[in-house]
Formats: sequence, structure tokens, C-alpha cells
Amino acid sequence: MKRTGKTLKLLAGVSLLLGVLGAPATAQDKPKELKIGITTFLSGPAAVFGEPGKAAAEMIAADINKKGGIGGVPVALSFVDEGAGGEALVSNYRRLVQDEKVDATFASISSGSCNQLVPLAEDLKMLNFMWDCGAASILEAKKYRYSFRSQANATPEMLAVLIYLLKTKPNFKTIAVVNQDYAWGRESWEIFSTALKQMKPDVQVVAELFPKFGAPDYSTEVSRLMALRPDVVFTTSWGGDLDTLVRQAGQRGLLQQSTFVLAIGESSVQRLGKDLPEGLIIGARGDHWFMHPEKKSDAAFKAFNEAFKAKTGRWPIYPVYHMAQAFAALQGAYDKAIKANGGKWPTREQVVDAAPNLEFVGFGRPVKLRAEDNQGLEAQLVGVSKKADGFDHMVLDNMMIFDAAKITAPAGQKSVEWLKTLKPDFAKMDVPVFQHGK
Amino acid sequence: MAGRSPALAWTLAAVVVAAGVIPILIPSMATLVVLILAKGIVVLGIIILLQAGQVSFGHAMFFAAGAYTAGFWGKYLGVGDLVAYLVVGTVVATILGLLVGLFVVRYREIFFGMLNLAFSMVLWSLLEKMFHLTNGADGMRVPRPTVFGMVFSPENFQYVLLYLTLAIAIAATFAVQRFLESPTGNMLRAIKSNETRLEYLGVSARRILLIGYVVSAALGGIGGVLVAVAQQIATPEFAYWTKSGEFVFIAILGGVGNAMGAFAGSAVFELVRFYASAQLANSWQLILGVVLIAIILFAPDGLIGLWKRQRAARDES
Amino acid sequence: MCGGRHGSPVPDLTSKLRVLMNSTLFVLASLDGLSYAALVFLVSVGLSLIFGVLRVVNVAHGSLYAFGAYLAATLSLLVTPISPWLTYPALLVASLVIGIVAGGLIERLLLSRVYGREEVLQLLITFAVFMIMDNLQRMIWGVQPIYAAEPLKLLPNVSIFGVSYTSYQVIVLPVVAVLALFGLRYFLRRTLMGSVILAVTEDREAATAIGINAQRVYLITFIIGATLAALGGALASPTTSLVPGMGTEMIVLSFAVAATAGLGQIEGTAITALAIGMARAFVIYLQPEFEVLVPYLIMVAVLLVRPEGLFGATKLRKI
Repeated sequence: MKRTGKTLKLLAGVSLLLGVLGAPATAQDKPKELKIGITTFLSGPAAVFGEPGKAAAEMIAADINKKGGIGGVPVALSFVDEGAGGEALVSNYRRLVQDEKVDATFASISSGSCNQLVPLAEDLKMLNFMWDCGAASILEAKKYRYSFRSQANATPEMLAVLIYLLKTKPNFKTIAVVNQDYAWGRESWEIFSTALKQMKPDVQVVAELFPKFGAPDYSTEVSRLMALRPDVVFTTSWGGDLDTLVRQAGQRGLLQQSTFVLAIGESSVQRLGKDLPEGLIIGARGDHWFMHPEKKSDAAFKAFNEAFKAKTGRWPIYPVYHMAQAFAALQGAYDKAIKANGGKWPTREQVVDAAPNLEFVGFGRPVKLRAEDNQGLEAQLVGVSKKADGFDHMVLDNMMIFDAAKITAPAGQKSVEWLKTLKPDFAKMDVPVFQHGK
Repeated sequence: MAGRSPALAWTLAAVVVAAGVIPILIPSMATLVVLILAKGIVVLGIIILLQAGQVSFGHAMFFAAGAYTAGFWGKYLGVGDLVAYLVVGTVVATILGLLVGLFVVRYREIFFGMLNLAFSMVLWSLLEKMFHLTNGADGMRVPRPTVFGMVFSPENFQYVLLYLTLAIAIAATFAVQRFLESPTGNMLRAIKSNETRLEYLGVSARRILLIGYVVSAALGGIGGVLVAVAQQIATPEFAYWTKSGEFVFIAILGGVGNAMGAFAGSAVFELVRFYASAQLANSWQLILGVVLIAIILFAPDGLIGLWKRQRAARDES
Repeated sequence: MCGGRHGSPVPDLTSKLRVLMNSTLFVLASLDGLSYAALVFLVSVGLSLIFGVLRVVNVAHGSLYAFGAYLAATLSLLVTPISPWLTYPALLVASLVIGIVAGGLIERLLLSRVYGREEVLQLLITFAVFMIMDNLQRMIWGVQPIYAAEPLKLLPNVSIFGVSYTSYQVIVLPVVAVLALFGLRYFLRRTLMGSVILAVTEDREAATAIGINAQRVYLITFIIGATLAALGGALASPTTSLVPGMGTEMIVLSFAVAATAGLGQIEGTAITALAIGMARAFVIYLQPEFEVLVPYLIMVAVLLVRPEGLFGATKLRKI
């Protein structure tokens, strides 16, 4: 194997040479446009989030440009489909960064995509806002410089839903879970059940069902739950899967028999229409609701919602607001960096330096990017489904808005470890309650 | 089997140069070229089986075996070396190929295809369902390995990976071409044309097919390791039947008469998918489907055959 | 990814098994398996029939299932305002339209050109159709889930051991599947066209030699097979959200059923679909982790012992 050494030297030589050739140039002149690369699902089941997200991005970008752009520079968007598979995603992300020379990226919806692209963004020294992916572990496992999460993660999202359940149905004894069988379904249940065990140790978990992602038929799961009669059924399913589960359970009376908790059900409320009964607990992955009780008198919020409905035929759902937050974060970071740079156009590194501790407002309460781990601190809204005049679908009632700081794992602590330190008292926290239309 | 004509050697050289140089000019192409070459290596294995007239709609299981070797290594042993991934990945795929092969070589045609499909779907369900071991549908991360013990920066690593893949692809092409021209290769083709005569000659067709099967499994494993490292992830999709279908697709697209067809097919397949998913509102499946039908109906020897025919026509005039 | 082990205790299978045997759960699981098996049977038997006659494994079969479902949902939503009962004929119309138009086009334009060519080319041409149809489906119906449950809502629920079932799932679906089974049997054994199809299945050369128009037999068989796939999809549409990729799952599942039964075996397919449907339901009660694995495990086990399938006739070796 003498030749391997030689090949090796040759390879190393070639690559070194290439490394030198490829050194990035720094440009501080104000560019003609600020390019943003966005990864989102345009195909596959998660397009239920991706398409509204894309529509929102286009609306927000047009709005920013109408107002003169970011720091006087108009923004331009390129989209990449997360649904075309990992190979195409990675290749296209590189193309965005290396060929199209985007200035920032928003990646991604799926935690799987984030797992792939966040290290790649770090390699490519690319400013990235994780605009919608929820796995807490990504930022807990490693400190990144270039990626920031402009929204919460699964820990506060699940914790808010759990506290809501404990506050509104304090006496339940049994619970079952039906989650999609992939990281989100598993991880969200782990967070929820770990916290539940701490805060209400006497509850018995009677069934843990993880049907395949995209399963077309839940008849057997429904029968089993009807026979087991749990007080509460918890699910973090979404999209077509959640619609199917809710309808199949509703058709057979299971929704009436047990209290259902749809932890990210806000995104299905409009699609389910009248098939969604009253009394289900519904979470929203953030303080997202097109009738946000604290934002109702906000003209910009109302105008945006109306415009979105006019454009797409539906009211905005949480990915739309998450997209708005990513834009707000980007704009905030640029504004701060320009100011710190004496009004001159900042370098990429200067913008990245400006992002930690940044506070920005999308269409909910302000969000802060925690400096220690680049995690966004985002409030959580949970409510219960209720009929309302003037709507052909359910609305949220009895809404609670949870303060981000109280329910997010402290920086440096792994979510599951932190959850294990919680006490039953934790659920007794004060939370403001809002009624629909009041 | 077409011999090694000078024209083909020149083409080969041109392709190698193109694969080696284009990524230097367009850095973002580096990963794409690695994917093309790596999938081409897998397709070489499909071509071997097609010589015997057998089509496997489950070959992705070996591809996944290679990829998950890298994934498991990363999860349980920490960052490893690319060379070690390649060696172990190939060994794992080879052993799996031997085990599965012992069963499947007893069958021919549709039964051979079905059994392969069944085995690959079992592997797919296991990868998907053993969440605590394999991380389920999200797949396992494959951290960037060292190469011969050296740590490379991300930019340099993609070139190291590219040239290593290119070297493996060249070596594999020559090895497969030689294998097909060897007595074993001839006997493999005899399984397709007249298996009974083979047996009259005292040759065990099963053994010959098993040799071909194991070689093709090993090639699948190599390709799997390279793709997983290039993408930094291994997912259950790697073992799904559509992936197996893709490999057979690429083989037919390129042409099964020659090892070079694997890379021609792979290049067209990946480029169409890459550009169509970026430019044409996600209609890559439609375009590829139409291309495939056109090839089957009008150019049965694949792209390589098409090219040869054109040359022949030009030489005549 | 997620940190520690997830909290499900190691299940005590024997005790669970005892619970299943001793209680009404057995009946419940069987009922769940039944409606699932009915749908799987319709799709698989079409696949099996096509293979029996044309000797082509139709990879696009799952796409025909998906198209049947989408068209049925579209028609159902259209006719519901007129009268919800019109949704039933709508399901039937949708499957016939897809079966005759899409099935006919695939056979005439593509498959008919590759008969007699290598097996792999026939397989791949249907793979190409699968890719094209998958893409077309997204272009026509988009990616948002579609739901049209009217046919199911029209019928009352039935209560069995205190558990409520929709009569659509436990009565309509199995009845349609049984009707399809007996209809096919009657057609193949009692009608002239059926006998001709059987003759071609038994011995293609001999059948053509005595003057049977194989072309026509192929076309009709493919249309019947495609219609059955589309019917499976149409009947599934009231029970589930229609999403991209639904056909991709169905094709391998129906393939597993057809192969386990023995390709070309109609009654065998029915029994196998029932067995796999039941097995899947029982597994969800006992060990939900293995639900996805079940059909493929059964397929491997059966094929290793009997490659011609459970009900397939042993084929003479080709010289």
C-alpha cells in the first residue's frame, strides 16, 4: 500500500490549493439587493406548512421592499424544496450559498433538514435563521455561531400544553398518546410525558401508539382507545395525519369519550371545519392565532391577516407567523449591525455578531434570541375549541398565553434533564386567560 | 460486451477530466458530482445482475447497509475515518449480500425480484421502526470523517471526497468491466441465455449468480457509504423500494451493455433532478418519467447505445 | 436527537396475548382488520390479475389507486350539494373513469409496445408511469390534504361490545370486496371473455394459435385491473385524508399481498389480504412497534418456503 501515501499527498495538495483559491472575498459596499435563501416544503405532506410559509415570505418581502428594504437595500428571495429529499436539499443549499451568493438563509421546517443544514451553514459561514424546526436537541448538543432559532423549541411548546391541561382538567387519571412515528412524535411525547410524571405522578399512561408517518387508517388505534377509555388522548400529529385521526375518531365517538389534546392543532383548525368538535385543547407552537387576544387592536396584524386571507383563501397559521419572525430577526440583526458600524453596510460577520440578545417582534409577543445558545424565547398560546358566529370552523376560547422565560429550559441545560427537576407546583404558575372576542 | 476501443478509452478520459475539473470551476457542483459517481458505483452492481437477466427491486438494501454503517459508527464510536467507513461498509454489505444471496439465487425473474423487494422492505421497516437505535425516519447523522487520519476543513473535504470517489469509480468501472469479460462474467450471461446448458457443463448456476450478487452488494455498500458521507446523513429512504427502482432506472437509462452506462445514466438522472427541482417548479419526476419511456421505446441500449449508434452512423457517412 | 430511552416498558407479550384471547378485543381487532383487508384486496387482486394475464408487474398500480381516490373525492364534493346520496354513484364513476381512461391509455400507448421485450423494460415502463402520475397528481390536486367523508357520514354507526364502528367500514367495504371477488369469479369462469382471459393466462402461445386476439384480452384485463385499483382508492377516500404519496405505500403493500398469495391467484389474494389485515390489527394491539414490518415479514417467510406463493401452482421449469 505504498501508493496510498502518494495519492494522499496529491489529494491533500490539490485540496489545499483549492482552499486558497476559494477564500471568500469581503464586500462592504451596499449591495444592490439582499438575497435570502429559504428552505421550505413545497412537496410532500409537510407542504401544508411549507406553502403558507412561502406565501407569507413573498408577502412580507414585498412589504419590506415597499418600505425601502432592509437598511435601504431591497430583499430578494430564492426558495428550495425540502420535500425533494436530502440529496437535492444539500446540493441546492450549497448552490444558494456558493453560486447565488445569498446573504442569509432561513432553514428549515423539518428538524431533519435543520440537522443537515445547520452544520452545513456553520461550514459555509452562512447566517441562518432556523425558522420553523422544533427539535430542542439541535442547539442543546452544540453551540453554533451562524445559526439562530427565531422561534421556540418543542420543550416550551409541550410544556405550555401540559400546564394548560393540568389547569383545566386537574382530575384526569389516565392518558394515551397517538403520535406520528418519527423524531417529532417521539421527542414531543418524551418531553410531555417526562414533565407529566413530575407534575402529576399518579397519572397512568394506558397506551403509547406510534402509527407510521402518513398512515391512512387509524381504525385499530381508535378501537383500542375506545376499549381502553383513557381520560385524555394526547397527540402532536399534524397535517393530513391529524385530519385523518380527528375525523376517524370523531366518526366513531372517541372525541366525545376522551378529552383530546391536539398539541399543534392550530394549523388544522380551518381545514377540519365542522368535523372538529368543541372542547378539544389546541396548541399552536408559539403565541400564534389569527385572533391573538393581545394583538387584536394592532392594525398591522389585522391588515396582514386580511391580506393573507385574500391571497391564499385561508387565515394565517403558525408557520406564517414563524416566517414573519425570521424576517423580523433578520431585519433586526441588520439594523443593529448597521448602527454598530456607524451607519455603513456591515459584513456578514458583523451581522452575525449583532444577532445574539436581539429582540424582535413578528405578529405576537416580542421574541428574544438567547446569546448562550442562539435559542429564541417565544411565548406560547393554548386554547380550547369553541363554536363562534361568523366562522365555518372552530375558534380558540379560554386562551392562556405563557411567558417564554418561565417555560423554556435554561441555557446550557438539556431539556429532558431540566424537565426532571420540575415539581407539581410548577403547573400552578399565573397565566393570563383570554376569552374569544373579549 | 463491447471491447475496449480507443474511442471508448478517450471518452472515459474525457469524463474523468470533466468530473474532476467542473467542480473546481463551480464549487457547488462538487457534492453533486460525488452523488453522481457514488450512485453510478451502485448501478454497476445492478448492471452485473442484469447480465444474468435478473432485476433486483430491492438493491437499495445494500446501499442502505453501507450508509448506515457510517451512521452507526458516528453514533456509537464517534467520528471515524472515511477509509474505515468504506472498508467496514463494504464488508457489512458483502456479508448481507451473502446472507440474502444464499436465499435469492435459488429464484429467477419475477420471484428473484419479489424476494429482493421483500428483504429490502423488511430492512426499511426495521430502520424506520427501531427508533432508539436508528433514530427512525429522521435518519442518522454522519459527521464529517477524517481521511487517512487527517482532518480537513469543510471546503477541502468536499474535494478530497470528490477525488477519492472518482478514483473508486474508475477502479470499480475497470474491475466490473474485467469481471464481465472474465469466464465468470460469461457464465453469468449464460444464466440469461441458457441456464440449462450451463448446468450441463457442470457449472452451478446458483454459485455463479451468488458471486455476481455478492459483488453487486459490495458495490451497493461502497456507494451507500459515499452518499451518506457526502450528505452527512443516512435515512430509511435509502432502503425504500423507490430507491431500488431508481437504481434500475439509471441502469436502463445509461444502457446495460457497458459499465460506463452506469455513470452516464446517473449523471443525467441527478442533473435532471437537481435542475428541475430548482428551476421547474418541482416537475423532476415528470421529466425523468418521460425521458425513461423515450429511452425504453426508442433507444433500448440506453444513452451509451444511443451515442454508439450515432458514432457508427457518422463513421459510415 | 432525543436524549434518553423513551419510556415504554418492555411489553409482556404473553400476558397481552392472554388478554387478547380472553376478551372482546379479539372481535374488535378482527373488525378493524376486515375493513383494511377489503381495501387491500381490491387493489391487490387487480395487480394479480394483470400479472396473471400480461405477465407484467404494474408498478403504477398504486398511482391508479391514488387517482381513483382523488377523483372520487373531487366528484363527491361536487355532487354533495345536490344530494349526498349521489356520492355513492360518484365513487363508482370515478373508478370507472380512471380504470378505462388511465388504464386504457397506459396499456395502449405504452405497455403494448413492450410485450415480448425484456421483463425489466416492462417493469420499468410502469415505474416511469408511476413517476409521471405521482407528479401529475401533485399538479392536479395540489399538496393540501383532501377529505370527502360524505358517503361514510350518511350511514349510521354500529355498536359492537360498546365500541362504535362506522357501518361504512365494517359493512360496506367488506360487502363490496366480497361482491368484487364473486363478480370476478363469475366473469372468469362463466363468461366467454372470461374464459378467453383464462385461456391466455394458461397458455399464451396456444391461445393465440387458436385465433384469440391477445391484444384485446390484454387491454380488457388491464382496464379491469386498473378499475379495481381505482375502486380501492375511491372506497378509501371517505375514510382517510388524501395526501401526496398515498399510492407509493399502497403499491408495495398490495404487491406483498399478491406475491404472498401467488401472482394470478384471485381467491388466494382474498384470503391473504384478510390474513395480513388481521395480522396487522392484532399487532397494533399486541406490539404496535411491528405494524409496518408485518406484511413484509410474512412475504419473506412465505416466499422462502413457497416462492410461487401460498396458492400459486408450481411452475414447470423453463428450458
